[in-house]
Amino acid sequence: MSGRTLYDKLWKSHVVRAENDSMALLYIDRHLVHEVTSPQAFEGLRLAGRKPWRVAANLAVADHNVPTTDRALGVTDPVSRLQIDTLDENCLEFGITEFRMNDVRQGIVHVIGPEQGATLPGMTVVCGDSHTSTIGAFAALAFGIGTSEVEHVLATQCLLAKKSKSMRVTVNHRLPEGVTAKDIALAIIRLIGTAGGTGYAIEFAGEAIRSLSMEGRMTLCNMAIEAGARAGMVAVDQTTIDYIQGRPFAPKGALWESAVLNWRTLKSDDDAHFDYEVCLDASKIRPHVSWGTSPEMVVTIDDCVPDPERETDPVRREAFERALVYMGLKANQPINTIRVDKVFIGSCTNSRIEDLRAAAGVVQGHHVAESVKQALVVPGSGLVKRQAESEGLDQIFTKAGFEWREPGCSMCLAMNADRLEPGERCASTSNRNFEGRQGSGGRTHLVSPQMAAAAAIAGHFTDLGAF
Amino acid sequence: MEKFTVLNGIVAPLDRSNVDTDAIIPKQFLKSIRRSGFGPNLFDAWRYLDQGEPGLDCSKRPLNPDFVLNFERYDGASILLARENFGCGSSREHAPWALLDYGFRAILAPSFADIFFNNCFKNGILPVVLDPKAINELFKQVEALPGYRLSIDLPRQQIKTPDGSLHSFEIDAFRKECLVNGLDDIALTLRHVEDIRSYEKRRLQETPWLFQ
Ligand code: SF4
Repeated sequence: MSGRTLYDKLWKSHVVRAENDSMALLYIDRHLVHEVTSPQAFEGLRLAGRKPWRVAANLAVADHNVPTTDRALGVTDPVSRLQIDTLDENCLEFGITEFRMNDVRQGIVHVIGPEQGATLPGMTVVCGDSHTSTIGAFAALAFGIGTSEVEHVLATQCLLAKKSKSMRVTVNHRLPEGVTAKDIALAIIRLIGTAGGTGYAIEFAGEAIRSLSMEGRMTLCNMAIEAGARAGMVAVDQTTIDYIQGRPFAPKGALWESAVLNWRTLKSDDDAHFDYEVCLDASKIRPHVSWGTSPEMVVTIDDCVPDPERETDPVRREAFERALVYMGLKANQPINTIRVDKVFIGSCTNSRIEDLRAAAGVVQGHHVAESVKQALVVPGSGLVKRQAESEGLDQIFTKAGFEWREPGCSMCLAMNADRLEPGERCASTSNRNFEGRQGSGGRTHLVSPQMAAAAAIAGHFTDLGAF
Repeated sequence: MEKFTVLNGIVAPLDRSNVDTDAIIPKQFLKSIRRSGFGPNLFDAWRYLDQGEPGLDCSKRPLNPDFVLNFERYDGASILLARENFGCGSSREHAPWALLDYGFRAILAPSFADIFFNNCFKNGILPVVLDPKAINELFKQVEALPGYRLSIDLPRQQIKTPDGSLHSFEIDAFRKECLVNGLDDIALTLRHVEDIRSYEKRRLQETPWLFQ
């Protein structure tokens, strides 16, 4: 019998009841809750006269709708306010811990879970949000769920789940200077496509992954969903353990010691079998820029917008043509000639301290180009913001002409006031470049924080070599 | 949840791959705290010519004459024919809620995104995976014949086309049972309260830090 994968181990240790070969009732250790996907779940709970099964397993925060400007004014949009108030009331009624809008611990749900040590190795973690995959960086089985499932987890602490197939993406060697976890993610999606990971749980392995910080691993796992996989994960090593130690929700004392012993087993066995294997060479990865309306429509900074004429598959060709029209781009246009109107540094993909440091490193001593209408930096949480301010990063950004904002999802999906106007083009560190994602008619180019910072300064996409 | 047994309905073809949940229901409509009422905003950015905002009366908005669901021949469609990776993107259950509210009970595609696929079952919508060749063939047939209907028999796992030919499809036995009987997942799980309690007891011993 061959060894077990990390995913096998995580799955097996959470099976409460097997329904059949692949379906099981899985126990959920941590449930993160935000304001957009939970109101109907709480309402369902109330209607059925049910209570949360284990209140302490839940942690809530409002992130999608919150304003990122001065919060002293409260939430001025009445529809957003109702959704945030509803979360506050539900958490109060059911006794669930919530970081309210003016709490320094408030932030994007996928940023605050790890930051608090509330998401630990070996856990099953769910949230009514697809980017829950972020948490897999801690060797947790973490995935997004729908609102019916949010209600199911609240009521039973369990989920009916189907076991995925396993894929290992091995990234060998080391990344060149200026190339980041974001570029690995985009390179992988370009290679396997946005549906390439459908039905799979992906484990990221190899030297390049091992040498990433936890922040970088989170960026990578965050975008597993853009490769179609519900969950991405990285095995535990010393980097994982060092990150968790001392965090508010992390175990302490003797409990810490036994937890660490247990966590060290959270890796795939040497002889584990994967249903699918992919390999990349990190040393060959270049900074990536997406040109289209799907994260697989991506090329490197030194490349050109592809020509649909060269596409043989008719469905793909049509998708390319439609994307070019939507994006207002021409085939064969060099990427570094594309000018941007706005720049967004933030989102659960790239709003952690390391991301802000990297962007600030590029920005220092420069100024945002005249032609750029707005450049935003939106930290992932109040604590990231505070940390950045203590390092003086906010000063670097504001001196250069960036706006320094309060934490939240912001222009990643434009549910609050931060958005693109029709036709506006944005260099964005977020994860989705779908039509209208950052505002109706808005045009998104996905890039790393360094590349976004460089685009802000140059006014167009540019190789980092200049900085 | 409404039961799903046999569905005979008009088929609407949506000939695009990678249709994401932002396209199915744009984010500005996610601010609702209800489960219903999303139908008029299904595919909002493609369906209307103006910019959709919550609270607008959709019956007064200018329709995009080029968008397939606005073609009269697809009025009353309950089956959506789609391309690969349908429902990719966010986990929003507002996407199946919008499809259901509009009147769709089944979606046929060569592949679906996982979370969306799962969310369909929670709402009495049947997502059917067919091989790309069969889907191609159906696209051709639908476009050729106004009023084209399919009959989807879930208990038999079969789809019948107007010319009488049959396509069979796979579905997980457990999910099928839930759909055919309209079973509520939570009630089903709560039949196993004892299993959950004993699991918790064991894990509390083995991994106590998870229960702090
Ligand atoms: S930052 Fe963007 S992707 Fe992340 S949770 Fe918020 S809206 Fe979703």
